Formats: sequence, C-alpha cells, structure tokens
Amino acid sequence: MTTSSSERGVSLGMPELPAPAYPDDVRARLEADARDVIARYPDSRSALLPLLHLVQSEEGHVTRTGMRFCADMLDLTTAEVTAVATFYTMYRRRPSGDYQVGVCTNTLCAVMGGDAIFETLQEHLGVGNGETTDDGKVTLEHIECNAACDFAPVVMVNWEFFDNQTPGSAKHLVDDLRAGRPVQPTRGARLCTFKETARMLAGFPDERPGAVEEGGSAGPASLVGLRLARGEAAPARVVHPRAQEPQDTPSAGQAEEEGE
Amino acid sequence: MTVTPELKDTSPEKLLAPVLSAFWDEDRSWSMDVYRRHEGYEGLRKALAMSPDDVIAYVKDSGLRGRGGAGFPTGMKWQFIPQGDGKPHYLVVNADESEPGTCKDIPLLFANPHSLIEGMVIACYAIRSSHAFIYLRGEVVPVLRRLHEAVREAYAAGYLGENILGSGLNLHLTVHAGAGAYICGEETALLDSLEGRRGQPRLRPPFPAVEGLYACPTVVNNVESIASVPAILKNGKDWFRSMGSEKSPGFTLYSLSGHVATPGQYEAPLGITLRQLLDMSGGMRSGHRLKFWTPGGSSTPMFTDEHLDVPLDYEGVGAAGSMLGTKALQCFDETTCVVRAVTRWTEFYAHESCGKCTPCREGTYWLVQLLRDIEAGKGTMSDLDKLADIADNINGKSFCALGDGAASPIFSSLKYFRGEYEQHITGRGCPFDPAKSTAWADRPEVNA
Repeated sequence: MTTSSSERGVSLGMPELPAPAYPDDVRARLEADARDVIARYPDSRSALLPLLHLVQSEEGHVTRTGMRFCADMLDLTTAEVTAVATFYTMYRRRPSGDYQVGVCTNTLCAVMGGDAIFETLQEHLGVGNGETTDDGKVTLEHIECNAACDFAPVVMVNWEFFDNQTPGSAKHLVDDLRAGRPVQPTRGARLCTFKETARMLAGFPDERPGAVEEGGSAGPASLVGLRLARGEAAPARVVHPRAQEPQDTPSAGQAEEEGE
Repeated sequence: MTVTPELKDTSPEKLLAPVLSAFWDEDRSWSMDVYRRHEGYEGLRKALAMSPDDVIAYVKDSGLRGRGGAGFPTGMKWQFIPQGDGKPHYLVVNADESEPGTCKDIPLLFANPHSLIEGMVIACYAIRSSHAFIYLRGEVVPVLRRLHEAVREAYAAGYLGENILGSGLNLHLTVHAGAGAYICGEETALLDSLEGRRGQPRLRPPFPAVEGLYACPTVVNNVESIASVPAILKNGKDWFRSMGSEKSPGFTLYSLSGHVATPGQYEAPLGITLRQLLDMSGGMRSGHRLKFWTPGGSSTPMFTDEHLDVPLDYEGVGAAGSMLGTKALQCFDETTCVVRAVTRWTEFYAHESCGKCTPCREGTYWLVQLLRDIEAGKGTMSDLDKLADIADNINGKSFCALGDGAASPIFSSLKYFRGEYEQHITGRGCPFDPAKSTAWADRPEVNA
C-alpha cells in the first residue's frame, strides 16, 4: 500500500491516447492480407484469431497498434479485441526473441527430464521463464503438453518439434540458435523465425520450396506399432543426434518387467 | 468380457490392426498420390452413391464412437442435425489435441491428413453442410503446414469446392489455427473461439446440434472419429464390427508414453489391454516396474499395476472406475513421485481454467496451494481431507468437464497412494529423487 500509483505503473491522469496507426504502406499490405483471411469465414469476427496472428507476424508481438488494426478491420472495439488477445497464450504482449524455445514441463515430460532441461537452460542462458536473451535471439518459456508425449522430453522452437531432448542437446540447440547456425527440427521443416511462423498461423501456407515434405512422413515413435504389426522388431529408441550418446536399444526380453 | 479368441494370441501381428496408420512409413504418406494409392477417396465415392440419410444410418450402424474422450456415437451426433430447417449446417473438427498425455491426432494429421479430409467430405454430405472447419491447436506448425497442403491438393483434385465428383455437393473447408488454450478442446468453448471470442464454454441446452457455430446446427467431431469414417465406408460396417466388442467396435490409436521401453502409437482393435501392449513392445524400461498410469489422459482417473488386464474399451475402462478418454497411456514407474505428478497436472488445470465458473477457477487455485505445500513437506494430515473436499466441490459442480478432469487425478491418487501423501507430510518432504525418473537416468554417459 506504500507504493504510489505511478510507481505501480498506473496513471490516474489522462487516459491513454489511442494507439498510433501503422504507416500507410504497412497498413495497405496488411489490409490486403486481412481481407483474404476474412473471406474464409461466414462471419467476419471469426477472423479475429488469425488476424491477431497476422499482426504478430508483422511486429513479433501483439501491439496496441495491431489490436487497433484488428478492431478496425472487424468493426469491433479495441476493448473487445484486447479481451481476446489476452486470453490466449500464443499472443505475446511484449517484444521477444526470434526463436521461442518452449520446454514442456507438463507432468510426463517434466518427469522424463523436462524440469531438468528447463533448469539447465535458465542457468545456461541466464534468463527466467518468459525472458529473452540480451542478443534478442532466444525467448525461453515453459509450455504445456504439446501432444508429443511418445517423444518425451520435448522442446518446441517456434512451435516446431525437437523430440527426445536432454539437457546437453538442449544447450547445443540454444547455442546454435544464438550463433545463427542452421538447426533442423526432429520432425517437420527447417526453422523459420517467429514472425514467419505467425504468418503461417494466420493461414498463409509455407511458400518455401520443399518445406511440406521435410522431416519425412512420420516420426520414429509414430511407427512402432505399425512395424510390430508387420512382424518387424521394435525400432531402436531414438535419441536426438545432438545428444551424441550411444543409442539405448531396448533388447527383446525386457517384457517381464511391467509390474508383476 | 471383450477378450476374443484372437486377442489371446500374443503376437503383435494378431493383436494390432493398423488402418489409419497403415502406410505412415511410406515416402510422402501425407500426399494425395500416396493416399489414393491406398484406395483413398474410395469411401467417398461409395458414400456419394448413397443418400445422405443412408450414410448417417450406415455410420450409426457401424457403431463408431467418438475418439476424443466422451465416446458418443458419431452417427447419432450426425442424426441430431435437424434437416430441412433452412439454416446453414456446419461441421467443425476438433483438432485442438491438448489433453496431457494425448498424442494421437497430431501424428495422424502429420502423416495422413487426407483421411481426415475425406471423412469430412463424407460427413458434410451426410449432414448437408457446405462449409467445414478444422480447428487445429496453434502450437503444431508442422501439422498446419501439411493440412494447408492437403486442403490445397483436395481442392485441385475436385474433392473440395463446387460439385464434388459431379454429385452436386459443394463444400468449402477452412483450416483455422487456435492460439493456445486447452479449454478450446471443450466443444462449446471451441465454437466460441472459432467465432473470434475468448474460449469459454456455453450453457447447454441448446446443444451444438441445434445452435452451434453462428447459432446454426453444428456437428463437432474429433479428428480420429472423422478420419475413421472413410475406412468404414470402404471396407464395410461388418468389417468394422469384426474388431473390438459389441458396444465398442472397431480399431483405434493407443498412445504409449512414459517409462516404457518403446513409446509410440499402436493401432489396435478396441479392448486390447495394457499388459498386451507392454508385452509386445518390450515392457517398462529395463529394471523398473509400472507404478501408475492413465488410460486416457490426465483427466481420466489413474490406474495401477492392478489394472493391467482391464480391456481398453469404453465399457471395460468405465467398469474399472476410469474412462477410456483419448487412450493416452502414460506409464510411470516406481521412481516417480505421485504427489509431484498430481501437483503438476493440477497446476495445468489451474493455468487452463477459463475463469468462467467459481468452483473450477477458485478450486483449482486452492488445490495447487495445498499440493505445493504437501510436496514441499509443509502439509498437514488434515490437508488430505481438504484436498478431497475441494475436489468434491469441483467435480460435477463446475460449468464444464475441465473441472471434473481436475478432480480425477486428486481422487484417484488419494485412493491408491494415500500412504505416499502421508509420507510427504510425516517425512517433511519428498522421498523421491527426480533424477532417477529422467529418460537418461540409466544412461550415465548423458551429461545431465
């Protein structure tokens, strides 16, 4: 109760001025994209989530200018847009890095090593949850279950999968990202920047030649049942090549361990 | 009760039944060419030769039930759509796979997106819809990329667009990426989100079949449910019913994860057991024992090694006190602290509670406070009753199923592992070493 309102960042004086508009050329370009998005829906308001992804692809986070743009395009109030933008975790509300590194710390990944990976990266990068390295390259976050539990522990970079990680492989990964070395996800295409990812989320397909087929048809864990059904032996447990450790191949005859 | 003679044979060739996953290992399995080589879009041709009502009846007769958790009969959902009402009808596919432990729809869409698109065209023909949506969670860009491409291919080949295969059916398909909110997997919250609002569940009735998207009749189906439809049309309902049991017919994807030797996707007739899956796949990791597991994600009450022979179908799991859910078989061995596991799940529910109703918003908050104290050795014995009491005040009293899901791990872990909670309290701390649970715990060469 001892801090003044200005110290808490609350202004009791003049209300905040309306957000500045985009420069004319940016606005013209975004408007064309926005009309494309709106045309996909029977009701224009349905375009709000994609449009928030679109403005995020312009500036790397959702700014007041971006929200004003969405409101203008959809004939909503900025309050209505803000209410939606603040509900969803994928919309960033402050400037962040080119690469969002998300470590899954939901129960299964956490237990399998996600907690250790997240601690290691915080120490290694010197940043906490949601913070960005000084060079503006990496924003570290812990994330919830990303539907890849059979590849645990999982790290996502700009929402691309880096499966079967260890603290060591995750350190290599962020070092490579910061040094600008090429980094290949374990499933899916070459990494692009956070802004380029946001544009795909707005509904604009990846235009890079070959991107769709990169990463193969399915990850190794996705195929184990199929291989067994064909009478083939279970494949070796897959470890990300960055880990550079011998592969731990489960041999036959471990079947009796399951809790009798 | 559902163990058929074939299932007593322990060979994986007999026990497993890859249908949706049958060609995931082929080069470009996600493409139209490969899909068609495997008789893709043949189910659609058969459907278009029938009347829409007959397609609904056929899917209903097949016995296909929802694969997203609740197990509601798919054909019945379609039948609820009022016909001749003059309103637009919509199909919305729930691809917001976010339930902790669940990882089946994402690999399915990555490797075989056309099975979903074909199923959607069939469903839209049946319910007389000319606009369908895929609501994909935003955090899976590799899948989004392939869905964009698959939809483009389907338009180019005439499976989407105007007058599909000369049938007079017009259908537009929109791929919509979400923005990070577990609650949007709840079907009415998903509809609000798709309308450009905060994802909060709606009061029912009216049900989506009457007033769904834009207050028009809407079917909301899980990815795997719709993707299973083309195979049923193509191979016949009797073929489908030859697998599984009378009330739980067909095949499904089981996702094995955690401290097992071979985590991954196993497509099998409904009713297989965890023991059979572990026996064929190398069991738990070497030198360890199963301690607890979930049959269908964190929202389904956990099981222990007593439940290895429970048939994994809707009735079998229900009779054993849990739910088949999403068939996310998360297995934890004896190195895992159950209090830590439940605390983390509860933190998830508290984070993802949309805030609309008090029992869930406040209840999950207080559960987290109590659990963190207990895990840190600062709890008291009366906290255990308080935990159960708060969970009871959420379960069945919250606005949607998220609250019920939050209560499940609390109730079930107290039921099977109350002694372990007490150990944290009397021993003033957690008796487990988290380093022993990691994937590399038995591989000392890994630099942890």
